[in-house]
Amino acid sequence: MKDTLVIGNKEFNSRFILGSGKFSLEMTKIVIENGGVEMATLALRRANTGGKENILDYIPKGITLLPNTSGARNAQEAVRIARLARELGCGDFVKIEVINDSKYLLPDNYETIKATEILAKEGFIVMPYMYPDLTAARNMADAGAAAVMPLGAPIGSNKGLLTKDFIKILVDEIDLPVIVDAGIGRPSQACEAMELGVSAVMANTAVATANDVGMMASSFKLAIEAGRKAWLAGLGRVLEYEAEASSPLTGFLED
Amino acid sequence: MYVNGQEITIKNKISLNEFLKNEGYDAQRTAVEKNGVIIPKKSFETEMLSDNDKLEIVCFVGGG
Repeated sequence: MKDTLVIGNKEFNSRFILGSGKFSLEMTKIVIENGGVEMATLALRRANTGGKENILDYIPKGITLLPNTSGARNAQEAVRIARLARELGCGDFVKIEVINDSKYLLPDNYETIKATEILAKEGFIVMPYMYPDLTAARNMADAGAAAVMPLGAPIGSNKGLLTKDFIKILVDEIDLPVIVDAGIGRPSQACEAMELGVSAVMANTAVATANDVGMMASSFKLAIEAGRKAWLAGLGRVLEYEAEASSPLTGFLED
Repeated sequence: MYVNGQEITIKNKISLNEFLKNEGYDAQRTAVEKNGVIIPKKSFETEMLSDNDKLEIVCFVGGG
């Protein structure tokens, strides 16, 4: 059975989106390969002189690049970063990230909606990073978002799916791919998110801070695939207060 | 002229492309904003710089 993820004009077999921060350039390539990654985020920063190595040389061909607008504190700054990123000629995808809270790094949904509207009109494939709020997600969808990317927990915290119930609401109510973005710390949490019915999981710190980064990338790949299959299979029901024997209740041996 | 927040002096009229080359930037892998306006890559050779310009020269780095 064909089971692909469609975002904007592209189709993906992988549901593991990689954040490319905190890795050495050499490890970036290994993580992408081990994770079966087809989409990876990048950040935009002031360039250095002197022909320093560029991350683009370490990202295998065919990977869809998802520039983020990290550093933006409002919609206007996010739009500026997105436009500059597009000038680098790596496609129209953009992950909007608007943060003006430097302690918890929580996103500003209101400014994110404004940036989504402007950039979608300019032909960007907009994937907003957001706090999982249903009204905001609806507004982002109306503004032209191609997906929504709710956080599981604060960025880089590895605390997992703290917002599980609210992400489930987005899965049920929003007619766009829902991608859990920040906070996923373990493969089991990525699997759990996929079991909820999210379309993909993005991880960065969870992989980058593992002892064996390459092996953790393959572990995430397997967990995300397992969770997806579980979702497609339909989870078995839960009994609240009783038990139900799995073995036959007839034909017991007698004394 | 200000480049990425640093003050530098340019002597002669110079194109953006020449400037990037002279300073050691990888022109193919950079995007440039001059005085708040993005300069398309195809205009790098014809875009002339002057001493009161403000440039932002950016590139991709790893990031989530």
